[in-house]
Formats: sequence, structure tokens, C-alpha cells
Amino acid sequence: MPEPILTVSHLVKRFDALTVLNDVSFGVCKGEVIVIVGPSGCGKSTLLRCINALEPIQGGEIRLHGERIAADNRNLSTLRQKIGMVFQSYDLFPHMTVLDNILLAPTKVQRRAKAEAKEEAMALLRRVGLSEKANSFPRQLSGGQKQRVAIVRALCMHPEILLFDEVTAALDPEMVREVLEVILDLAEQGRTMLIVTHEMQFARAIADRVLFLDGGNFVESGPPEEFFAHPQTERAQQFLKTFTFERKR
Amino acid sequence: MPDLGLSVLLKGKNLARLLGGLGVALKISLISIAISLPLGIILGALMTWKNPVCRAILRCYLEIIRIMPQLVLLFLVYFGTTRAFGWNLSGELSAVIVFTLWGTAEMADLVRGALVSIPLHQYESAAALGLTRRQTYQYVILPQTARRLLPLSINLITRMIKTTSLVVMIGVVEVLKVAQQIIEANRTSSPNAAFGIYLVVFLLYFLACWPISLLARYLEEKWR
Repeated sequence: MPEPILTVSHLVKRFDALTVLNDVSFGVCKGEVIVIVGPSGCGKSTLLRCINALEPIQGGEIRLHGERIAADNRNLSTLRQKIGMVFQSYDLFPHMTVLDNILLAPTKVQRRAKAEAKEEAMALLRRVGLSEKANSFPRQLSGGQKQRVAIVRALCMHPEILLFDEVTAALDPEMVREVLEVILDLAEQGRTMLIVTHEMQFARAIADRVLFLDGGNFVESGPPEEFFAHPQTERAQQFLKTFTFERKR
Repeated sequence: MPDLGLSVLLKGKNLARLLGGLGVALKISLISIAISLPLGIILGALMTWKNPVCRAILRCYLEIIRIMPQLVLLFLVYFGTTRAFGWNLSGELSAVIVFTLWGTAEMADLVRGALVSIPLHQYESAAALGLTRRQTYQYVILPQTARRLLPLSINLITRMIKTTSLVVMIGVVEVLKVAQQIIEANRTSSPNAAFGIYLVVFLLYFLACWPISLLARYLEEKWR
């Protein structure tokens, strides 16, 4: 078993009196694709936000290559550069073109040469089929296009791990596919990814390991074939049932 | 075509006096604007702070100034404070004080509104990209705030210019007062002048404010 690059140990997250994550522990190895599923409000998104220190945590710790991720870490900006995140809400900067959105962090945070960063950005945009949109503004793009740009923006920082927080949840059904295909392509390239999604077919196809989160902790985990075909726990069985339909005759 | 008494304008130095009056109005408004825009930006930024004392004080200031009609404020400063504190304020200085207090309050509220209208996920996605707090404001938050603010603050500027016509009530001789004087002086020789002269005053205000409104509309279109 290779050494995990990201480790979450005994993580506790509370919102006032409400405990959302209770003693959560897991590790992510290089090149691994982990999909986290679970009922709404179980804390999946919160878990991802904790990993990027967007939420303060009340217990446990999160380490990337052994370095602690926390709001009080002076290296937080450097750590966040290694963690790419794509959100559910379209989070592009509306006053910048697509290209400027992508280039902002590489040129201002990583201080890379603009020409080199631009070349990479254009190559990535081509890969997701949006090179002709480089000079458009976010308001001129569809939801699916915006999310693909957001993925390119995260990729251009050369992150070691990518976090996807329900990136297709706000999209029209016909746009879901174009975004998921981009993520599948990333999995093919061997990227390390942590994905929160409600798309079960997609989870099954992309995951190396599925984690089922419910009631503040992982109830079940395993390879997707096992989890989806033969869930061990009753809660996972019930959860998966909500995605199938039967007519009572 | 009825006689509008426009010939009165050409008598003596009437037109020049009217323009001089406009100059006084513009001077009062421009000085007030020059002080209240930066002050308003600072206060508006302070209003988004979490400190409850600071917020309460600023809220009080804002509400008092905005509830009070500008004319009452002018009377309060020009007649009230000069009696109560025994100091000597000229009409123009009183006007500048009142318009600065008012402009600052309005501007602060615009700035506050523009800042809080930037959604939280803009801050978060900047943070997730590794931008520092300073970079987040510099590249993401402030440019968006400025775009929302510019058309609004330009509208405030035109409102401030127009509202200076009230200072006629505390004896400042600006464009409206000059117009009244010209009309009074020619009441017998040219009784219709009231219409013509006030029409010219209207035109002068229009010429002062219209380009500014156009600029606001242009920027609104451009930064939609």
C-alpha cells in the first residue's frame, strides 16, 4: 500500500451545537480517485471545504505531505495551490475573461511568466473544447462551459489533488455529461481526485474507492463494484434505493 | 412665439453673472464631492466590519443624515450652530459642510451595499486558488465593487449638483439667486423674463449634469 499524500485523521467539524463530521479519518494516495456519496446534508461538501481550510475544524487534523492544513498555518496559500477545488456554484470571476480567470493565480500567486502560463492555459482550454471562448466573459458561457473553465483554472495551478464539490448539481441535465467527461479524462491521466457527487452512474465509472458518508462518519467504503452491487450496511442499501424507481402495481 | 424675455440675458453682464452663479453652485458641489467620495469609501468599508460599536455609530450617522431633509440640515448648520456656538460661518462654507456630511453618508451606504453584494463564493474561490487576502481584494473584490459603484456614485454626483440649488435659502448667491435678481431688476421692463431666465437656469443645470449622466449610462452598459 503506497503512502497517502493526503491524510485526514479524527476530523471533527461542528456548527455551533451541531456536529457535522465526527471523528472522520481516511487517506488519499497518489493517483487515486475517491468518490464520496451520501444523503443531502451529511457533510460531504463540508468535508471538502475543511480539506481546503475554508471551514475551521474543531478537532483532528488534515495533512498534505505531512504538512498540517489549517487557517493558522502561514503556508496556507502554498498548500492551497497544491489543492485544486471546483465548487458547485459557478465561481468564475465575472469581471475577467475566461483566459484572465485562468491566468490570475498562476501569474500573481505562483509568479509564472505570462506567456508560458498562457500557452498552458490555451492547451488546457483546447483539451476541454473551449479554446474559442478564451476571450469571452463568464456571463457569455453556459453553465457547463463555466464549470469546464473552472476545472481548467484549477488545473493550471498544477495541483497535486483536485476536489470536486458537486460540480454538476446546478447544471441542466444535458450539460452534466460534458463536465463529467472532462473529469473522466482527468482520471485517465492519473490525477488524484476527491469527488463529491450525486451522479451514481458516474461515481461507479470513475471511482477507485467509494466512501459512503452518513451521520457524521463513513458508514461504508469499498471499490465501486462492491459498494453499488452489494452494499453491506442497511443505511447504504436504503440510500442507493433512493436512486432506483419502481412502480407499485 | 411668446416673448420669453430672453433679451434680458444680453443686457449688461447678465449672462456672465448667471454663469458666475453656476460657477458658485459647481464650486460648492465639487468641493463637497471631492471630500465626500473618499470619506464615504472609508466609512463604507468600515461599515462592513464586524465591530458592533463601529457599525452602530455609523448606522446612526447615516440614518440621521438621510432622514433629515437637506434644507433642514442647511438651516441647522447655518442658523442653528452659528447661534449656539457663536462661530461665524459663511453661507458657502455651511453649504460645503452640509453637502459633505450628506454626500459622505450616501456614498458610504453605496460602498457598503456594493461590498456586501459581492457573493461569498468569490472570496472562497480566490482563497482556494491560493490568493492571499490582499490579492483577493486587489484582483477580485475591489474591481467588482468599483464596477458596481461607479454608475451609482456618478448618479450621486449629479444629485449633489442639483441639490445645491437649495443653498439659495441660506443667502448664497448662486445661479438660482442670480436668476432671481435679474428677473427682479427687470420686472417692469421685461415682465416675461421669469420664464426665459429660469429656462436658461434649467439649461445650465442640464448641461452640467447631462454629460455626467451619459458617462454613468455608458459605464453601466460597458460593465454590465
